Amino acid sequence: MTTSALVHLVATDALEVSESKTWRDDVLRRHRHGERLVTAYGQRAGDRVVITTVFRDPGGAIEVTRTRVAAEWGFHELTTDIPAFHCFEREIHEQTGVRIAGHPWLKPVRYQGAEPEAMAAYPFYRIEGKEVHEVAVGPIHAGVIEPGAFRFMCLGEQVHHLEIQLGYQHRGVERRLLEGHATRLAPLVETIAGDSSVAHTWAYSAAVESLTGTALDLEVDVARAVALELERVAMHLATLSGLSADIAFLQGATTYGRLRTTAINTTMRLSGSRFGRGAIRPGGIGMQLGPDLLTEVRANLALLRRDLGPIDACFLDALTVQHRLKGVGVLTNAQARDLGVVGVAARASGIAIDARAARREGAYEVVPIPIQVGESGDCWARARCRIAEIDASLVWLEHLLEQHGRWDAPRKTLGALAPRHLALSVVEGFRGEVVHAIETDDEGRIAHYKVQDPSLRNWMGLAIAVRKNEVSDFPICNKSFDLSYCGHDL
Amino acid sequence: MSAFQFLRVRASQGMQTIPDVRKAVPAGFRGLPVLGPTPCADGCDACKASCPTKAIEVSPLRLDLGRCVFCQACVETCPEGKVQFTAEPKMGASDRSGLIIQEGSTERVRVRASAGFAKLFGRSLKLRQVSAGGCNACELELNAITNVNFDAQRFGIDWVASPRHADALVVTGPLTRNMKEALRLAWDATPEPRFVVAVGACAISGGLYEGASGVDRAFFESVGPSLFVPGCPPHPLTFVNAILDFLGVA
Repeated sequence: MTTSALVHLVATDALEVSESKTWRDDVLRRHRHGERLVTAYGQRAGDRVVITTVFRDPGGAIEVTRTRVAAEWGFHELTTDIPAFHCFEREIHEQTGVRIAGHPWLKPVRYQGAEPEAMAAYPFYRIEGKEVHEVAVGPIHAGVIEPGAFRFMCLGEQVHHLEIQLGYQHRGVERRLLEGHATRLAPLVETIAGDSSVAHTWAYSAAVESLTGTALDLEVDVARAVALELERVAMHLATLSGLSADIAFLQGATTYGRLRTTAINTTMRLSGSRFGRGAIRPGGIGMQLGPDLLTEVRANLALLRRDLGPIDACFLDALTVQHRLKGVGVLTNAQARDLGVVGVAARASGIAIDARAARREGAYEVVPIPIQVGESGDCWARARCRIAEIDASLVWLEHLLEQHGRWDAPRKTLGALAPRHLALSVVEGFRGEVVHAIETDDEGRIAHYKVQDPSLRNWMGLAIAVRKNEVSDFPICNKSFDLSYCGHDL
Repeated sequence: MSAFQFLRVRASQGMQTIPDVRKAVPAGFRGLPVLGPTPCADGCDACKASCPTKAIEVSPLRLDLGRCVFCQACVETCPEGKVQFTAEPKMGASDRSGLIIQEGSTERVRVRASAGFAKLFGRSLKLRQVSAGGCNACELELNAITNVNFDAQRFGIDWVASPRHADALVVTGPLTRNMKEALRLAWDATPEPRFVVAVGACAISGGLYEGASGVDRAFFESVGPSLFVPGCPPHPLTFVNAILDFLGVA
């Protein structure tokens, strides 16, 4: 077994398969002891289902636990005790059909394989009363944006309850990943969530490199981390631009927007694509950096730092911005913790989790990156966190490129995947932790591929944060979380 | 907040708009591929075998832009260096067959201007976007056409919030089964005369998701796109140029 904060590799034979009661008690004990749920997934074989749970303990170590149950009998739900389990139990039930006894809400996560009529016929939660009215939005929204349906139960102008219905973007990613050659899946992985191409492709590559025992040079890790931080800067700028537009702060909308262009064009100079397509491949990178390009990249980074200062000051000082964002869409620390929210949304609510800080190796050891944590959990805190993370990434990029300004490592060819192993990789994308879990069978083929975009866990955070807010504030709450539809729907 | 800060922002903003989108070539962009004149080695189909979307056919060598995801696998595997990607963003076509690049041919893929649509929409074209499984890369690039850089509004091209206000539907994604009904409703709500633009490899051919479990492309069987904008994702310049060509705008 080898392990690092980036990828955890374990032989599946070495994983103890507990009896369901023992497993369940162990999960509850871990939760009480402050271990954090990273992922959970199910695999069906005949009439049995194997449930795998992954925790990270307070020291940063990954713990994998497992049980095998009869699909018909299943296990007793954990969501009531550990609300962060809700999306995983719903997903496991939808994908394997295992019985989950006593679960409060086994609504399908993404209507995968269901008839479209089932989706249309879904009875949204309703509140009856004279002053109650419903607002239905979607699946197609007013802007140029992915589809998803929102149903608000309002008392007057105030949102009492929001139910988010997703699944419209379901393409069948996880099944498709099993159909291709294990080391040639990068183009597909890049489209899991197209705005997080780099994060997902790094997670995939790290997992298969670990399964093939491929060791990489520091330079490769540096180049990947540069692409990841550029992706973070670009997408945070996109969010700030959109948020500014939603509150009619037009200088922010245009200036953050054009600075995002500079960030994605820098990625394009490195990789040929504004979204970092082709930047990362198993065994290496698809980018080269020499002296001329380095000068150009550093000039772009300097421009970003120079021009961001004044617009950040305008944004943060403007009373109109403060008035619209402060105290709106609050997700409390306790709520974020209970729901297992990750990434910017968690940090803005005072939870200091960041997969980059957990890595004491590679690019993030050469130059450590500080975690940006907020307190208030409102739209203001999430916007401020993004601004602080852009600053931190730009400083980090400059320091790193001072030391590693030349990338020309040839790509390594990967051998066969180790049979009967589980590789679990975690990469901090701009939304939060991207988790990929790959299990191989007796012949070293991929037997199970679990993809987890941070959006899977964070959508419920948005639904809770919007309660007691005016329905007209929903767009800024939504934008402040800026979650992925296709990353959730797969 | 001082007025001085705002002046600084305005001063640093300067003029960001690309003056001539018809001539602009984005530096470093992996765009239009060209197939060189060197003959293929006997029986070699390395490029075809490496392609994740079956975009390549050999003897004679052909590359389908409607399937290509610009991943460079063919460039990396070809022993003769026959496939090269250029920075050229103009790749749109008004016929599906116009997306096929032939070996040794220097002829550009092209958009045939529609005289009827040019008369109707040449000075004002309102678009409604529908994502049906798009990964948000196409959607972000389509959003970008109206930002300060590309500024498509100068040509009268703009996004509208409802299909009832739209002249055309711009479809992204491989067409998911779960969006089938919503897409059909959006089309039914679009007043005539109207047309469909397919954007990105997913929408044009299914791309990486052709035949995937959650995909149902029946809509395109009944409503054929009038314009194809290839890419993964297409550059905003690819989209804007395809539209301008289609409307016969110089």
